[in-house]
Amino acid sequence: MKAIVWQGVNKVGVETVPDPTLLLPTDAIVKITSTAICGSDLHLLDGFIPSMEKGDILGHEFMGEVVEVGKAVKKLKVGDRVVVPFNISCGVCDYCVRGMYSACDNSNPNHRMAEALYGATSGGALFGYSHMYGGYAGGQAQYVRVPFADVGPHKIETGLKDEQVLFLTDIFPTGWQAAENCNIQPGRDVVAVFGAGPVGQFAIRSAYMLGAAHVIAIDRVSERLKMAQEAGAQTINYEQEDVLQALREATGGRGPDHVIDAVGMEAHGHGPGAALDKLQQTLKLSFDRITALRWAIQSCAKGGTVSLPGVYGGLVDKLPMGAAFAKGLTFKMGQTHTHKHIYPLLSRIEAGEIDPSFVITHRATLDQAPDLYKTFRDKHDGCIKVVLNPWA
Amino acid sequence: MTDQTDNTDKTENITIPEKTLFAALGAMFLASSLRSRSTLGTLVLGAAGAGMGYLALKGKQPLAPALKIEQTDTPGEVLIRDAVTINKPVEGLYAIWRNLPNLPHLMSHLQSVEVLDEKRSKWTAKAPLGQAVSWEAELTADEPGRRIAWQSLPGSTIENSGEVKFQPAPGQRGTQITVNMTYKPPLGATGAVLARLFGEEPAQQLRDDLMRFKREQELGFAPTTNGQTSGRPDAGQKTKTGEESPKAEQDQRKAGNA
Repeated sequence: MKAIVWQGVNKVGVETVPDPTLLLPTDAIVKITSTAICGSDLHLLDGFIPSMEKGDILGHEFMGEVVEVGKAVKKLKVGDRVVVPFNISCGVCDYCVRGMYSACDNSNPNHRMAEALYGATSGGALFGYSHMYGGYAGGQAQYVRVPFADVGPHKIETGLKDEQVLFLTDIFPTGWQAAENCNIQPGRDVVAVFGAGPVGQFAIRSAYMLGAAHVIAIDRVSERLKMAQEAGAQTINYEQEDVLQALREATGGRGPDHVIDAVGMEAHGHGPGAALDKLQQTLKLSFDRITALRWAIQSCAKGGTVSLPGVYGGLVDKLPMGAAFAKGLTFKMGQTHTHKHIYPLLSRIEAGEIDPSFVITHRATLDQAPDLYKTFRDKHDGCIKVVLNPWA
Repeated sequence: MTDQTDNTDKTENITIPEKTLFAALGAMFLASSLRSRSTLGTLVLGAAGAGMGYLALKGKQPLAPALKIEQTDTPGEVLIRDAVTINKPVEGLYAIWRNLPNLPHLMSHLQSVEVLDEKRSKWTAKAPLGQAVSWEAELTADEPGRRIAWQSLPGSTIENSGEVKFQPAPGQRGTQITVNMTYKPPLGATGAVLARLFGEEPAQQLRDDLMRFKREQELGFAPTTNGQTSGRPDAGQKTKTGEESPKAEQDQRKAGNA
């Protein structure tokens, strides 16, 4: 089959690899009908997530049709159409039982690698996202092996198109969880979203669905800001305005009640702090550039929440901890507990509250994907979200 | 046992053989330092020699703490401990550990445990470089559902002791299992460092053992990517190196029956 393969830092390519097979009786094989490139794949492309190996198959946002099931699989059968959460969870450990699927104790066979790197117990595994996160082959391919097939995949039984449900696998629940983590008081709270990329777009819409009185989006790319405005958000272009001052003005001097950092470890930005971050990251003295996180903490109103769906990978320094402490902020973060959000969000799609396909700007084949990784990274050609058809 | 009341920095933490080894290595480095033709060589070897000599005199072994090899107050004795929470009731987990011949299945460094009588058993473990060591041990405590403890009998090749404690985790989260083991490797803490260099990492092994046990109990199998596809030449082939392979197959069979 064809698959997108990590070939080294800044190198991905299309290769022909063996078809996946069942490795355990709890596995299923899914023929992929739609798959997407995620912003967090760019951290892999750029080499900022450790423990990638040449030959790893990328991709963690995908859906398709079940073509084979292991003997122990009970809920799925051949022919079922499914969306598959990007995180892999066992469904029986204490964390899964409590709905904290991304914190699964049991799904990562390389737990020791993550523990050695982080000095702490790790979360569960992810598809196509480094050996530290389990080393499972990803879904930017024609077929994928899905472990714990009775736990992750969710059947799509109505006539919704792939493009309407594909993002239930990651960016929609991720934006939703980011907004949910803010504990928004309906009709009262103002939410600022740093980064109007795909997750930011879903965070904006989720914040409104959860009752936010007002949402402000911060980015520098005009297409993204335009898409945010279409959802009803006020926008700030941080290259044209002083972000902190603009947010103060927009909120009568209070600052947004809650702030979502939908950017993560590769924040752009300007000024001496951003320059120093970039220098340190280039010299491998630090993994993360935290301009967006710094702005989030500095702008957030007293007693507010800083919610982090953006991925951080290593150690962070020059964090304005004094400001966070003085204002009594709450931090909420982590990988998305995708499994628990799929059904409620699918219901909202079915009810016509949202059509997630609004975010798609590019549709392509697997062969075109390596170029599109770069188009997406460089935000050229108005690129916000790429969906791939592995069979085109 | 040494006097444990004086546990200050002055306490020596190495054994006499270790001291002798350090002194010998120190002398060897110093001798090569004098023979070295380059100034840098003389300096480096000289410093190494002096360092070894210093360690021998001071009776301290800094590598073990640096490698997180934990030592007890008894010179040369290494402590390994870890804990895990398993989402299963105490009774069943205790019963599995109490069945001593089952222990090699739980602890990967053990080859066999043979029950000799009610108290005594014969243990065989893997040693570095493909060797095996055996010793006899006796149960020193057996509190059903709470604690099992054992101790090697006098005259054992490797003096060791251990205990496994079981307690219900708060909030109905199953059982907390705590394992403490001590052993005296040949050449004391230095021996433990050398063992680590040969790829034997008891603390890591214990952690892996406990995680494997947890997964067996909670899932009935071990998650794996062994044999999956990729863009590498060995794609789709099961690795025959390491111990995962037969284990994984065994787990597959088990999961199949589940």
